[in-house]
Amino acid sequence: MSITVRNLTKVYGAQKAINDLSFEVKTGEILGFLGPNGAGKSTTMKIITCYIPPTAGTVEIDGLNIFDHSLEVRRKIGYLPEMNPLYLDMNVLDYLEYSARLHGVGRELIGPRIKEMVGVCGLGTVRHKDIGELSKGFRQRVGLAQALLHEPEVLILDEPTSGLDPNQIVEIRNLIKQLGRAKTFVLSTHILSEVQATCDRVLIINEGTIVADGTPSQLQQDFRGAETITLELRTGATNPLEEVAPKLSALPSVAGVELSSNADSVSRFVLSVEKGSDIREDVFRLAVAEGWVLLEMTRSSTSLEEVFHKLTMS
Amino acid sequence: MKTLPYVYPIFRRELQSYFNSPVAYVVIVFFLAVVGWFFSSSLFLMNIASLATVFEVIPWIFIGFIPAITMRLLAEEKKAGTIELLVTKPIRDVEIILGKFFAAWALLGATLLPTLIYLVAVSSIGEIDPGPVFAGYLGLFLMGGVYVSIGLFASSLTENQIVAFIVTLIAVLALFLIDKMLIFLPDTLSTTLEFLSVDYHFSSIARGVVDSRDILYFFSVIGFSLLLATVSLERRKW
Repeated sequence: MSITVRNLTKVYGAQKAINDLSFEVKTGEILGFLGPNGAGKSTTMKIITCYIPPTAGTVEIDGLNIFDHSLEVRRKIGYLPEMNPLYLDMNVLDYLEYSARLHGVGRELIGPRIKEMVGVCGLGTVRHKDIGELSKGFRQRVGLAQALLHEPEVLILDEPTSGLDPNQIVEIRNLIKQLGRAKTFVLSTHILSEVQATCDRVLIINEGTIVADGTPSQLQQDFRGAETITLELRTGATNPLEEVAPKLSALPSVAGVELSSNADSVSRFVLSVEKGSDIREDVFRLAVAEGWVLLEMTRSSTSLEEVFHKLTMS
Repeated sequence: MKTLPYVYPIFRRELQSYFNSPVAYVVIVFFLAVVGWFFSSSLFLMNIASLATVFEVIPWIFIGFIPAITMRLLAEEKKAGTIELLVTKPIRDVEIILGKFFAAWALLGATLLPTLIYLVAVSSIGEIDPGPVFAGYLGLFLMGGVYVSIGLFASSLTENQIVAFIVTLIAVLALFLIDKMLIFLPDTLSTTLEFLSVDYHFSSIARGVVDSRDILYFFSVIGFSLLLATVSLERRKW
């Protein structure tokens, strides 16, 4: 089940929620949809699920257009909307049965499917309770169970882990990964570690347009700025800024040297290094040659957080 | 219901949700109490074995009662956001509308049913002509259907239940009172407007004459209101 989004534009009044968005999701892919609040993530998902129409452009699911084949498209999709709306007056089992019926799950299949989803989503202890009595975490699981119930081939999950505690987040992630092999997932989030942990591909959107597209590690590489190396040296030098720093900056591809602290003949330097180069060996050799004691050396590169920050703050 | 297979699940869930909350019980009890009060006071005061007062009073009670049972139908789903889940299921909008309409109409039927006790009570003390009674109940049920369909349409317009209630109340009241205002209007206009009035058709049925024109009127208004409700639900797609 592939999803093809072509030149999607949605205008609300005078405001463009999304602007000429195009991307594709292949079968078995878990796509993480990343962006600040109001970037157009939910709008895109609402269009894919046929809740609202786009102003321009189109979405195809397995070649089926959302306009001409709305019912077929919706039949293939499991959807967890933003805020996870539920009928609070229904109990969990009744609600799941209702959802299954509306998805046309066969009469004889409803029972086993519900039983399976109650197991998978860990709803066993609350299955006879009214949804209104459940905690946010359990409600989220009910929302997920509802989305997965009819074995959809495409899953559109708008912030599936919002409101969950760290343990539950891990559980849901594992569930998504486990199911992800056979299904096509699009999930939105603004938790970056989530994307790194679950998604095969990340799409960062900002103000309605795609600003980055790639695997999490690819993005980290592409947007890696000046890398930094933090060094702690025991040099014995009385004035490290004059005796040590010039030697460090003489190393290839070092852009800058900064002395961050100096006490008891131990000096801390922060070297900014040009993008994509690794000079740790050179540093080590230099230290050996000069007779410095290397106490610490840490290399840090741009995190996905910084990539995100860079791309969405302008 | 082969072609619209999802009307029934929606109908069932909607009816269930009426009885899941105390609201249904409260309004039903209130309805029966009011009807019962009017019935018993007239029965003993006038000393006539007739259900005429019941058929006179219920249309008035409907005006307040039906908006109360229809106001939540779609407004509540809009407010809670569940409408998004509902319309992204592989079902047609018209199935949602029909399911909800029939649920509220069935609740209305369930409310009318206990008033048959009055019929039993009256028939035990005097002779009753079954024709007008049957026709009267049919008329009430159809009139209720018209009100329910209007209430559903009003509920589709807003996410505020109070607004839905008031809009329905005004619309239904207007439809009910049209033929009582006609003395102020010229004859040509009045015959047309008279035909639009629910009460005109209800009275005609309640006399015991089930005329196809009256039946046609009720079903046309129901159909038209449901069409408007469906269009209103689809409005998100514009």
